[in-house]
Amino acid sequence: MKTADQDDKHREEVCPGKKDKLDLKTARAQIAETKGPEYWRSLEELAGSSEFQEMMHREFPKGASEWLDAVSRRGFLKLMGASLAMAGMTACTKQPLEPIVPYVRPPEEVIPGRPMFYATAFTLGGYASPILVESHLYRPTKIEGNEQHPASLGGTDVFAQASILGIYDPDRSQTIAYLGDVRTWGGFLEAIRGPLNAQKPVQGAGIRILTPTVSSPALADQLQSVLKLYPQAKWHVYEPMNRDNVLEGAKMAFGQPVETRYDFSKADVILSLDADFLYAGFPGSTRYIRDFAKRRNPDAGKMSRLYVVESTPSSTGAKADHRLPGKAAFIETFARALAGALGVSASSGEFPEEHGPLFANAVVQDLKAHRGSSVVIAGDHQPAAVHALAHAINQSLGNVGKTVFYTDPVDANPVNQFDSIKDLVADMRAGKVDMLFILGGNPAYDAPADLGFADALKNTNIPMRVHLGPYQDETAELCQWHVNEAHYLESWGDARAYDGTVSIVQPLIAPLYGGKSVYELTALLAGQAEATGHEVVQGYWKQQHPGPDFDAFWRKSLHDGWIEGTTFAPKSVSLKPVASASSPFGDATSIEINFHRDPSVYDGRFSNNGWLQELPKPMSKITWDNPVLIGPALAARLGLKTEDLVTLELNGKKLTAPIWIQAGHPDNSVTVFLGYGRRRAGRAGTGAGFDMYPLRYSATPWFTTGVNITKAGGTYKLASTQGYQTMDTPEGARPQVRSASLEEYRKEPDFAKEEETPAELTLYKPYPYEKEPYAWGMAIDLNACVGCNNCIVACQSENNIAVVGKEQVVVGRHMHWLRVDAYYQGDRDNPKAYFQPVPCMQCENAPCEVVCPVGATVHSTEGLNDMVYNRCVGTRYCSNNCPYKVRRFNFLLFQDWETPQLKMMRNPDVTVRSRGVMEKCTYCVQRITQHRIDSEREDRKIQDGELQTACQQSCPANAIIFGNINDPGSRVSKLKANARNYSLLADLNTRPRTTYLAEIRNPNPELES
Amino acid sequence: MQIFHRSTNTISRATIYGAVFLAAALLWAVLELQRSPYVTYAKVARPQPVPFSHQHHVAGLGIDCRYCHTSVETSAFAGIPPTKTCINCHSQIWTGAPLLEPVRESFRTGRSLVWTRVNDLPDFVYFDHSIHVNKGVGCNTCHGPVDRMPLMFNYASLQMEWCLDCHRAPEKNLRPRDQVFNMRYEQPSSDKPEVLDGKVYTDQVSLGTDLVRKYTLRSVTDITSCSTCHR
Repeated sequence: MKTADQDDKHREEVCPGKKDKLDLKTARAQIAETKGPEYWRSLEELAGSSEFQEMMHREFPKGASEWLDAVSRRGFLKLMGASLAMAGMTACTKQPLEPIVPYVRPPEEVIPGRPMFYATAFTLGGYASPILVESHLYRPTKIEGNEQHPASLGGTDVFAQASILGIYDPDRSQTIAYLGDVRTWGGFLEAIRGPLNAQKPVQGAGIRILTPTVSSPALADQLQSVLKLYPQAKWHVYEPMNRDNVLEGAKMAFGQPVETRYDFSKADVILSLDADFLYAGFPGSTRYIRDFAKRRNPDAGKMSRLYVVESTPSSTGAKADHRLPGKAAFIETFARALAGALGVSASSGEFPEEHGPLFANAVVQDLKAHRGSSVVIAGDHQPAAVHALAHAINQSLGNVGKTVFYTDPVDANPVNQFDSIKDLVADMRAGKVDMLFILGGNPAYDAPADLGFADALKNTNIPMRVHLGPYQDETAELCQWHVNEAHYLESWGDARAYDGTVSIVQPLIAPLYGGKSVYELTALLAGQAEATGHEVVQGYWKQQHPGPDFDAFWRKSLHDGWIEGTTFAPKSVSLKPVASASSPFGDATSIEINFHRDPSVYDGRFSNNGWLQELPKPMSKITWDNPVLIGPALAARLGLKTEDLVTLELNGKKLTAPIWIQAGHPDNSVTVFLGYGRRRAGRAGTGAGFDMYPLRYSATPWFTTGVNITKAGGTYKLASTQGYQTMDTPEGARPQVRSASLEEYRKEPDFAKEEETPAELTLYKPYPYEKEPYAWGMAIDLNACVGCNNCIVACQSENNIAVVGKEQVVVGRHMHWLRVDAYYQGDRDNPKAYFQPVPCMQCENAPCEVVCPVGATVHSTEGLNDMVYNRCVGTRYCSNNCPYKVRRFNFLLFQDWETPQLKMMRNPDVTVRSRGVMEKCTYCVQRITQHRIDSEREDRKIQDGELQTACQQSCPANAIIFGNINDPGSRVSKLKANARNYSLLADLNTRPRTTYLAEIRNPNPELES
Repeated sequence: MQIFHRSTNTISRATIYGAVFLAAALLWAVLELQRSPYVTYAKVARPQPVPFSHQHHVAGLGIDCRYCHTSVETSAFAGIPPTKTCINCHSQIWTGAPLLEPVRESFRTGRSLVWTRVNDLPDFVYFDHSIHVNKGVGCNTCHGPVDRMPLMFNYASLQMEWCLDCHRAPEKNLRPRDQVFNMRYEQPSSDKPEVLDGKVYTDQVSLGTDLVRKYTLRSVTDITSCSTCHR
């Protein structure tokens, strides 16, 4: 056995991209000497390190094909010899007899072999994402967007997509437990009856209920009736990623909490003040992405312009025409100066030097020129004052009622959540609490560090502590009673989308482990112990919609996925004068720390979701971890390299974590992501990353200054896919991403085109694809793509793609069929960034096919590059010959063939691949086949738009268009005829079926010079 | 001086040629074994909880295939009848038959009957009944004379070469759509001509060729692409 140290060393040797971390001094020197690539993917590439060069020429990163596991080379060879000798025998296997089990009484609507779709809603932070769920014989298998719902329009986000894995998570809590022992619901009822009765005489003075943000009208109604029953009881609300700032900002501006809704389809100029509104987790992001992308089309109408001022590089910043990185604390100063310059408030309107007055003045001019068609949007991260200023600016620009709307809050109990949990902890410590019901959430893990919630829960001897949650997590550990919560796909409910529209949440399957929903537990408190979730939710809506047509109303609401007439109407609010108090500016040189929700695991609730853990984060492409993000300049001053361990010291607390140098991160500032370092998450989440919550205080939950960073010594291996699968660009060839400004595009529309090699100039045998009824092709509009990663998860879910784990990602063995490359351009401290989704190109002259010795990858007549898993013997010649590096190899048995829950999750229409098999994107050939069969049965052709690949179906931006390129009227044909259309590595004459539309930016001419 | 006797020549020649033949014979034996009913289960009846007779129900009683296999025209999967379908009749006739006890028990307890799958393709093959039925492939073209099978067995080997035989020359097997569920359908001959759209056919190939056109079958290269069945 090798020691861990040796192991690490060996890995270092075989994984050079990670070995020589960027030395900034040399990097800078090298850049000065040689002209680096115009577009780059990692700082290593920018520096042109030799390791990077080597990696680019390899099929997989060095190490992917090495035997790194704890078997000696000799042992391995012995095994190989034996398996070679036995290889012939495998053909002699006989299929075992298989049982086939029909229904006893079949449900009326089921046709075995055909999926059904049900409308329901996924809820995150109180906001509902309307979805359709594909169900195979009542097993939910795939999430799709609800095309008819205004909050989705067919799109989803990564969290909704990945939630299907959550229901089948084998680590979910499977029983009710008392002090860790298995109990029944009956036992729980028995135990709770006495203490509840004892609360009656004191009007429930000892009852405290803690919930996450609630937007559900039925649940809010239930909780109100509990409070009516026990007038002295209290309902507290806490969620770590709450919207306190937004609500406080609205109160500051209008004297009441209102929800702000934006219409980006009417916005010509958008200014984001640290608002990452193009990524999952921002309420309404799915709809906003669609509206935003629509206005970024240079060929249809006026293109919008996006200015972003941000404290952490985000995908929204990457899409900006102009981006200004700045410490979070400076953004308020910026907003005040902006308000002054626009004449909104009395402040001077002078922009400090750090803000680049040029940038600020351009913003001011642009906003002034677009009164009534601009949007100023502030991020949840920014203090209330910035929100109030944004409201005032929008008001004075006349945007309200045109691009900005105010409605009632979606949150049913819009209280300040940090205050709410603070009050709760005070009551707990004062001994006022006899019964504490934690209905969802994980406050023992994610409450602000200064409150000591976990400590209060543990040491205040509350006689009855009840936790309802999907996992036996950190909070469950400290409560006597734990009730296993039913997944949202297993229970009834309702929730509001960002615009207030109510969706009924309907179950797709009976609870796998007999879990209870929050509605059922609350019903118990309200004195209706036997009420089911269905009765509660339907009962509530019967009250709202009495009358004989209730059944029709209910059925329609379930079918459509929302209740008609529940969308909040815009309301008029009057602005209070803006307070001119100056913000705490802070010391410009002291280092700021920003607390952000993680792009993958959110606040930690998705820690055990392998799909999300392995999802490369939009900008850094890191998986399975949350390093401290730091700008190149600060890293250079502190003498730090990527993967160095540092100690963060704040308020006397110390934490050690690795760093990641992120191009474009503001100077004198670091960003930490919350949600990692879980102790009790499950097999995927426990122990991954670093817990940053101990640094987060209730007074400064989003950012603060005064953090001290010192080198801790030692390094920590990070699994980033940035730099892996880099396409080799031959000398003089065009870069993979191509972009131009709107002005340049107008002058030279076909700037992205290059001279195509004549089709006949090839040794490949030609095939008359144009004579076939269908020729499948795909166009990806880089202008629309916002790098939200949704396509990756959708593909993973549709095509049964395995999760491989951090160690395997480090050596480059991750299996995603579709990757989203991030390219940077220009200055390290504020580069432009571009996203490029790369699925299989389905080349007509496919280099992979000619080298396969067993014919496992061959062309279909419709132009698909078919991959036949059962023929593949794993030579990997094909991926070695693939210039786009889109083939993935099962180096080990990555699929879980044992866990019964995961078997239920898989798409039955796609083969589950085994070890030693190559796999890749197939353009969702299972969907093509199904639609072809359906259309042929009806003696017609497949209509354009009827057949969508998984990545296309749920793309919120409509950036991926798939269809028949033999039909000149199809959307994909029209896009391919667009002047911006280009192929990757066209000089290789592979004639890829997947092509790209070059990205057009709309910069302000004043700032360009 | 001779060390070996002259006969050694013959022996060594025989051994060398013998080895070649032996290897060839072994290979042939393995290939034959792969195609044999031992591996494919072709024409081997499988154990079932109830000895259901297709012969009795189809030929004897004249029940249409689709009475039980309801989704054959709309889905990839033809469907296995639920217990309810059996009970539709067997609540009236043979109500006390001991052979049918498992069926009644299933209906009573709500627990499914567990049959053994007869026509079982490997999991990496995606076969679709609906398209075959709609393009004029008769049930018994693949399943054989089910109406003469007291116990169910798979008629064909279900191996890829067998699938391809038809995909490479579909005209050899197609029949008019209205004859798909006819268990006693015979291909046209000069004795029994087939009339379709006013045209008289006396041989299968000319009928099949016209049906390929009439039912707009995709070309042979199309339907022999790998992704037609594998994905």
